[in-house]
Amino acid sequence: MSSEVPEDAASTASSTTTANSDETSSSGEVSSLKVVPLRSPVRYVSWAIAAIVVAMFVHTLFSTTTRFGQNGTQPRFEWHLIFQYLFNKVFVFGAIITIILTAAAMIVGVALGIGLASMRLSKFGVFRVSAALYVWFFRGTPVWTQLVFWGNLAYLYPTISVGFPFMHSLESWSMNSFETNFFLVAIIALGLNEGAYMAEIVRGGILVVDHGQVEAASSLGMGRALAFRRIILPQAMRSIIPPTGNETISMLKTTALVAPVLGAVSILGIKTGDLNEAALNIYSSNYHTIPVLMVAALWYLFLTSVLSVAQYFIERHYGKGFVTTSHKRVRRSLRTTIQEVPR
Amino acid sequence: MSAPPLVEARQVHKHFGRLEVLKGINLTVARGEVTCLLGPSGSGKSTFLRCINHLEKIDGGELLVDGQHVGYQRKGNKLYELSDARISRHRAEIGMVFQRFNLFPHLTVLENITLAPTKVLNQGSSVVMARALALLDRVGLADKAGSYPSQLSGGQQQRVAIARALCMEPKLLLFDEPTSALDPELVGDVLDVMKSLANDGMTMIVVTHEIGFAREVADTAYFMDHGVIVESGKPQDVLVNPRTDRLREFLGQVL
Repeated sequence: MSSEVPEDAASTASSTTTANSDETSSSGEVSSLKVVPLRSPVRYVSWAIAAIVVAMFVHTLFSTTTRFGQNGTQPRFEWHLIFQYLFNKVFVFGAIITIILTAAAMIVGVALGIGLASMRLSKFGVFRVSAALYVWFFRGTPVWTQLVFWGNLAYLYPTISVGFPFMHSLESWSMNSFETNFFLVAIIALGLNEGAYMAEIVRGGILVVDHGQVEAASSLGMGRALAFRRIILPQAMRSIIPPTGNETISMLKTTALVAPVLGAVSILGIKTGDLNEAALNIYSSNYHTIPVLMVAALWYLFLTSVLSVAQYFIERHYGKGFVTTSHKRVRRSLRTTIQEVPR
Repeated sequence: MSAPPLVEARQVHKHFGRLEVLKGINLTVARGEVTCLLGPSGSGKSTFLRCINHLEKIDGGELLVDGQHVGYQRKGNKLYELSDARISRHRAEIGMVFQRFNLFPHLTVLENITLAPTKVLNQGSSVVMARALALLDRVGLADKAGSYPSQLSGGQQQRVAIARALCMEPKLLLFDEPTSALDPELVGDVLDVMKSLANDGMTMIVVTHEIGFAREVADTAYFMDHGVIVESGKPQDVLVNPRTDRLREFLGQVL
């Protein structure tokens, strides 16, 4: 028995060396070996099915088949009207108004959101509580109602005056000019509402930043404001940007509520509103509801696409220094994990 | 008489809720001295270190840096809480190196180092830049100025963190387990930088598990357990001939 043990050990040792030499010889050839990637038939078949479905849908949009028995393109979509109205002055001005309203409301909303989120981090209770109350109220009531409220502010408070609390006023102004300022009222109403949502988005972004960052900043003698501005916020931006993109795109369409509440304005002698109001004005006089609404939809789709591209570049800017979690990377790691499971 | 100690702790107490973390710590650190705090995790050594730059408030006793109460001002028999701005000014004079480096990931190495000196100390950017590059050279990372922290190894990140602390020209450097998060082969480079700082006369308080480093570099070693200092003295004595069973047991586990 005892004499066998060293023999065993020797044989294992020799087999290990041969295995090693095998590995080295094969690893020398690895570069010349051709790797054949796994090809799944699902990939081609699924693409083919998708292509057919899309082709079928497009066909329904333009088809001139006997079903309708008419010449030209699919008559009920009235494509000729769509192309006729696409660059109509009313729509171009409508798009401009939608863009201005969205941009202004989002600027107010983001600034307010950052302010409110930093208030919630304040060491003073008054700031924390008032920020929380603000979010509670403006997020808890409908935008529509808020728009109506701001639109009727001059009715509710005909004059604004400055003085000591509950006593005689020293100076007062009429609110009439506020009521007629369509843009100002809309921007205030939408911006204040958006501020509540942005506050929560910014707060969520701040929560993600590692607490060690705050400690490192304080240990270097940075005050709260400096640390917030230079250390916390830039890192929080990474998780703030994607939901803010969502909010901006959502705002683009929320601006459609403005005209029904506050009425349309005129620019360069053309009475118009935002994109949606433009569509409404046109189809209520010509009754071509579907094609006119499709023109508005195409404009919204175009503006949203531009915003998505802008969002990509902003995300890339704030992603500097961070290991990117691109979709490709996530997919690859998911695939490796799945492949490794059986072993 | 010799100069007053840079750090002086008298009966420092600290508790988190009901848990008493520090039960009366007495400790003095003279200028230019290297002090090592050793002990098992949960012994309170990191908490005590964080009290020194007021990242944690003490609940009892006195803690003075350069003759001034940390976080408070003494007038007569009362301690008045300092404003955030005053506390920040005191912190700016005390450098701190963290276990997890805590570099700012969105800034380059150079920006990590220059941000606080320019924004907190309001020094000119060209002066700070020159000092930062010299410090990077000193820690052996002159070629990494434009890199982001995520592109560096742990050891390199920790050396940047040391350079960042040094660029504030602190009078005291605190190290909170600076090598605990590093791969074994990267520990040496960081310890070498710390040794050279010690040789240059920097006052340092180091919480560490590196017994070898403590024995070689420290002027005084303290062994803490359950919120009290169990043994202290010259590391050559304390760490070679421990008097208590507790320290003997700890050294047996660590070495």
